[in-house]
Amino acid sequence: MKFDTVIIGGGLAGLVAGISLQKEGRNTAIISTGQNALHFFSGSFESIGKPSDRLVTLFAEAGIPLHYKEGVRLMPLGTFRPSALALEDIDIFPEPRFAGKVLVVNFMGYHDFFAPFLAEGLEKQGIECRVRLLNLPELEALQLSQSGMRSSQMARILDPIWEKVVQEVRLILRDEDCVVLPQVFGMYDPSVPGLIREELPVRVAFAGTLPPSVPGMRTQQLLGRRFEKLGGRLLKGDNVLNARIDGNRVLSVGTKNLDRHQIQARNFILASGGYFSKGLKSNPFGIYEPVLGLDVEFDSDRNAWYDASFAADQPYMSYGVRTDAQLHAIRQGVTLENFYAIGSVLGATHPELGFGGGLAIRSAFTAVDSILQSASEL
Amino acid sequence: MKPQEFTHSKYNFEECMKCTVCTAYCPVLQVNPLFPGPKQCGPDEERLRLKDPYFFNAALKYCMNCKRCEVACPSEVNVADLIQAARIRYDHSAPKLRDQILASTDFMGSLARPFAPIVNSVTALPITAKVLDATLGVDKHRKFPKYSAFSFERWLSRHEKQQASFPAQIAYYHGCYVNYNEPQLGKDFVKVMNALGTGVQLLDKEKCCGIAMITNGMSAKAGRNARHNTAIIRKAVEKGLQVVGTSSTCILTLRNEYPELLGVDNSDVREDILLASRYIYEKLENGAKLRFKPDFKLKVAYHVPCHMEKLGWGIFTEQLLRSIPGVELTVLDSACCGIAGTYGFKKENYESSQAIGQRLFDMIAEADPEVVACDCETCKWQIEMSTPYKVMNPISILAQALED
Ligand SMILES: Cc1cc2nc3c(=O)[nH]c(=O)nc-3n(C[C@H](O)[C@H](O)[C@H](O)COP(=O)(O)OP(=O)(O)OC[C@H]3O[C@@H](n4cnc5c(N)ncnc54)[C@H](O)[C@@H]3O)c2cc1C
Ligand code: SF4
Ligand code: SF4
Repeated sequence: MKFDTVIIGGGLAGLVAGISLQKEGRNTAIISTGQNALHFFSGSFESIGKPSDRLVTLFAEAGIPLHYKEGVRLMPLGTFRPSALALEDIDIFPEPRFAGKVLVVNFMGYHDFFAPFLAEGLEKQGIECRVRLLNLPELEALQLSQSGMRSSQMARILDPIWEKVVQEVRLILRDEDCVVLPQVFGMYDPSVPGLIREELPVRVAFAGTLPPSVPGMRTQQLLGRRFEKLGGRLLKGDNVLNARIDGNRVLSVGTKNLDRHQIQARNFILASGGYFSKGLKSNPFGIYEPVLGLDVEFDSDRNAWYDASFAADQPYMSYGVRTDAQLHAIRQGVTLENFYAIGSVLGATHPELGFGGGLAIRSAFTAVDSILQSASEL
Repeated sequence: MKPQEFTHSKYNFEECMKCTVCTAYCPVLQVNPLFPGPKQCGPDEERLRLKDPYFFNAALKYCMNCKRCEVACPSEVNVADLIQAARIRYDHSAPKLRDQILASTDFMGSLARPFAPIVNSVTALPITAKVLDATLGVDKHRKFPKYSAFSFERWLSRHEKQQASFPAQIAYYHGCYVNYNEPQLGKDFVKVMNALGTGVQLLDKEKCCGIAMITNGMSAKAGRNARHNTAIIRKAVEKGLQVVGTSSTCILTLRNEYPELLGVDNSDVREDILLASRYIYEKLENGAKLRFKPDFKLKVAYHVPCHMEKLGWGIFTEQLLRSIPGVELTVLDSACCGIAGTYGFKKENYESSQAIGQRLFDMIAEADPEVVACDCETCKWQIEMSTPYKVMNPISILAQALED
């Protein structure tokens, strides 16, 4: 099978690159071992200030409206973090004291949302809180579940009955000027969080749950669907194992499912994520990139990998694949002219591109531009 | 010597980082509160089971072995294999009569075939459905697949000489369904192969792949079939033949379940076991040509069966369908139809089964195709029972589009 570009890894970086290339008419395939870091996504993109039109348009066309405002966002335990660019259902407040009195609502039997802790956190900010549990008959079956209730199961049940949730909240609402709900809405119907906001007479904020993240899964689904609608091919659940390399060009990759069938392309992008997604691996002797054995920047003194203080920035998180400025990957000192690395697999080797979601998106754009440019030069 | 060689756990279960991703993609967990889900039944409880088999949880039987958890897992944990392997290892309860009957697709086929017209009309009677429901626990809403009066094997053996005259040859693993229920699919496959200049042979007495036996607690019998099938496949491969099938589940079983679950080593022949769509796609890619009817027109919606997702070969069928002039193709979003082989036939699973399939049925209605294409026969039963749409194997669509 032959493509213009093959992307290894279907997380945020791979999807953004895939959509951008496919939009330019480049026949693109994304091969991804499994799901990705978007399943833990808070809904707020780290390290992006004012977003470019290109970014906003790409997300809007996928059905993901973003909003930009510098301020703070509410964390699951009632603390706050700076934020600037987020999904529409994630609030950005000018300051932590975003309300006077808050009603924190949870659902009976749902333990992946820590309403009392959240309330305690808010009270530290001087916000008065009341916590209430809703008991909906529709959730009864789930309450019996042996494995507990997960955000994704909640969303499946709650999305179709959001109006009922609104009614129930109205009944228990007293003089609060804000309602906080868990982020368990809008997985199947992305418009639900907005509808809930419209129908309640006070401000509504959604706060994070334990994974999987509903806003994150929604983002993943919508980006994936957009990529496929544009004609891109998603090869899910497959693992790129190796590549055929000729000098400074990669010719094809081999995968676990396709065994001897090699996938050829003019360009390749490695978007395989960090340690979490196995884009980077470590053993007692070093940190390595498992697919091509690309050069990785890391400290050869193993003791320097960690900081003993748990909360400190961990040096190992900054290690990543070596590339040039256009993000061509480097292998055994040779710069590969048609193989790029983007997203978390870069670690913090390119501080100018940011980190987290910002790095994923910016580096995807950089590699895409280089691919589009190199073709026009031919 | 690498330390990793000693830390590698069976089915990769120690790689699980408890991220919960699999729980969001398990179709059963979404609808059946009695099922604890892939993470708990797989890697979580494996630790306990290894300590003491007492911790084996009978609720593992609700897993329908669709493998969606494995496709979603970012850590390459073979979650479904873990669950099925635990059932094989620890569940010593004898399978119910009903499960034995449902699982014995080849035995049932050979019994029913000579009496096909009678069997078909009896299984179609409302009273039979009620009786099966009450006595055996086969859900009364289920329609039984029809049996064909002439087996595919018999048809092909009558064309043996003609098939042998082709310069290239392959061996066809037709499976129970083609043999007993829909020989037409086998004939369609032969037509396409012949158009590619390839003759079709039978294997030396294939047996049922055994997937239904694995999921119904009859692993000893499944193991016997696995050893037999692997031996005859090996014989074919030694003669220089590739083994090609038209059912995604049979092929998944022959390739993956034999070594992973039944301990039958097939590493020497595994890569020569292929699904027809992949085989044909690769032939076309290497320059083979097919001649199509000039006026062929068909609106097709392709449903990728769960086992096809696990094989990772949906792309071959998709590309093949796209290469047929006149086909207008929609690829449906990945969703389970809910039947999972014999799973949906069981009374206790009927409701879950239909609830799981609803999203797919809705998507089909929205696409409103002339036919739904799908590489799996049990999905076909489920979709045809639950929607007004006709389902065809992609190979039959290809055969229809070919010039006669
Ligand atoms: C728990 C957690 C929470 C986070 N929260 C946020 C947040 O709220 N905001 C934010 O901006 N950032 C957040 N991040 C940072 C996040 O990593 C980035 O934002 C971004 O999502 C990374 O995208 P990526 O595409 O580079 O990698 P990933 O999302 O990790 O995707 C990599 C993909 O590649 C696949 N893959 C790996 N190897 C192979 C192979 N050999 N063959 C095929 N496929 C392969 C993996 O299976 C995976 O699907 C978080 C990270 C984590 C771990
Ligand atoms: S997806 Fe994989 S790693 Fe995550 S909990 Fe499930 S089995 Fe464990
Ligand atoms: S195989 Fe399917 S039913 Fe079984 S646990 Fe995995 S996803 Fe769920």
